[in-house]
Amino acid sequence: MKTSLRLGLLAGFAFLTLAIMPLVGRQVLPVSVLSQFGGSDPVAIIFWQIRVPRALAAFIGGAGLALGGAVFQAVFRNPLATPYILGVASGASLGVALASRLGLSLAVLGLATNSIAAFAGALVAVGALWLLTRLRPEFSSTTLLLAGVAMNFFFSSLILFAQYTASLGDSYRIVRWLMGGLGGVDLNTVLHMTPVVAVGAIVVMWRSRELDLLATGAEIAAARGVAVAPTRTLLFLATSVMIGGVVAACGPVGFVGMMAPHICRLLVGPNHRTLLPASLLFGGAFLLLCDTAARLVLFPAELPVGVITAFLGAPFFLWLLIRQASAPISR
Amino acid sequence: MSEPKIRVEDLSVHLGKEEILHGVSMSVRGGEFVTVVGPNGAGKSTLLRCLDGILEPSRGGVFIEGRSIEDLERRALARTVSYVPQPDAGAVDYTVRSFVEMGRYPYLGAWSALTEEDVSAVSQAMELTGVEHLADRSLSSLSGGERQRASIAAALAQGGSILLLDEPTSFLDYRHQVHILDLLDRLHLEGGLTIVAVTHDLNSTVSSSDSVLALKKGRVAAHGTPHELLDAEILATIYDVEFHLVEGGHRGLPLVLPARNGS
Repeated sequence: MKTSLRLGLLAGFAFLTLAIMPLVGRQVLPVSVLSQFGGSDPVAIIFWQIRVPRALAAFIGGAGLALGGAVFQAVFRNPLATPYILGVASGASLGVALASRLGLSLAVLGLATNSIAAFAGALVAVGALWLLTRLRPEFSSTTLLLAGVAMNFFFSSLILFAQYTASLGDSYRIVRWLMGGLGGVDLNTVLHMTPVVAVGAIVVMWRSRELDLLATGAEIAAARGVAVAPTRTLLFLATSVMIGGVVAACGPVGFVGMMAPHICRLLVGPNHRTLLPASLLFGGAFLLLCDTAARLVLFPAELPVGVITAFLGAPFFLWLLIRQASAPISR
Repeated sequence: MSEPKIRVEDLSVHLGKEEILHGVSMSVRGGEFVTVVGPNGAGKSTLLRCLDGILEPSRGGVFIEGRSIEDLERRALARTVSYVPQPDAGAVDYTVRSFVEMGRYPYLGAWSALTEEDVSAVSQAMELTGVEHLADRSLSSLSGGERQRASIAAALAQGGSILLLDEPTSFLDYRHQVHILDLLDRLHLEGGLTIVAVTHDLNSTVSSSDSVLALKKGRVAAHGTPHELLDAEILATIYDVEFHLVEGGHRGLPLVLPARNGS
């Protein structure tokens, strides 16, 4: 099957998911609700004010996490490298934990304290990684990966410290936030995260050719004419903005960033001009499906979506890897 | 005298506190094939990286067609100089065609597709290196020799007039070594490319070249024609091993055999 056809099918799948999932819930809503935008009917309110913003946030969040993963996997030349694994998510979480623990109130521009704190934490974590690549350009991608994992543990220990010394209420809030979830999402959240994810997505897609080359190695990339250091800086910045925006909205959701680009590589091949749009679509649809499951599994209670992503994602991922080993998908 | 194609002036490079190259000067004429030899750690690969502006010297400079490499934008440099590093197992498995197409990077805009000119440069590069039949294979499925040819194809697709190669025949069996050397001969003699190749292969690669630069501990130990360099005494000072020279090499050059203890 041609790559463009596969990409088209993926787009169709993502669109269908986005169209159908808001209708699905304990109460399956009639399609006629689509025409009742702004209506005061309870069904219209559930659909337009609760489920649609939540579906959009899930889709945009998943898309951002998947793109961030694809970028890190190319820059670090390792399929395990994602912002989540390299401490960006835990940096963001630390921001939130500290803000809760210290009782900070950072609300500006209509953004919640948690959003600002998560954003700042993500920036600090990516900044540290970026600084490392600048100070030690000769570091291999494996060394950088190890450094990122070490940073992840460092942030995690600080989070544990903040949590351990917090009151029971604060401690619970931190844990709950760390599990990731879209329960508190409203239209405002969507309005806040959309521009940052969109800007990040456009920047990384604009740098597709550079990502192709960086994935073959920094030296080859430089030899082909890529200005490696400034390109990395730009990509790190775009990713941290994107991930910061997503984590601020829905907490640190794991696994999407690692799995989505990997699956898309099996589907559409490794060229970033198709891999990035595919990851965006797949990551978005995947998180939306997981969030729908999270709403339904323990109804009326809600499961944190992070529980679902790894629970569904890991076995699927293993199945794909095993299948790939026996019958490689031709490209 | 006209400006040399590549001019290296008093080049020194530090990595951390260690000095890798010390006051190296050389010049390469247009169309010349230069080999760079010397023991491990002599700074050969470092010199090559400096010629492509990948490493910044701590002193001195590199001039390509008379212009300082520091004044050249990376893409502009990539349109003149291409570099084939030592083989490296890439993490991402591109097809040979995708990989060679990436050689057109210095000509492409962010959103633009390949032009007719790009496509023809890519197929020409694949034809020259004999990898057309591998176009849709993934890089990881290639043998060492095929992979090296694909790397050279990608470098040729850049369309430059200077080709830098780091140990192009290492890790290859004899048949593939011969393929690569024939290819370099053709690129140099028919294509008029200027070639600088780092090598440990004194018999085949060095004897194909026009001149040889020997480095030792970051300094130029000798510079001359293969005839001048393939000399038992000079080689002994470069490598700290005794050599036997035997008649019968390529182009009337001697064959070089390192002497074993007690032989």
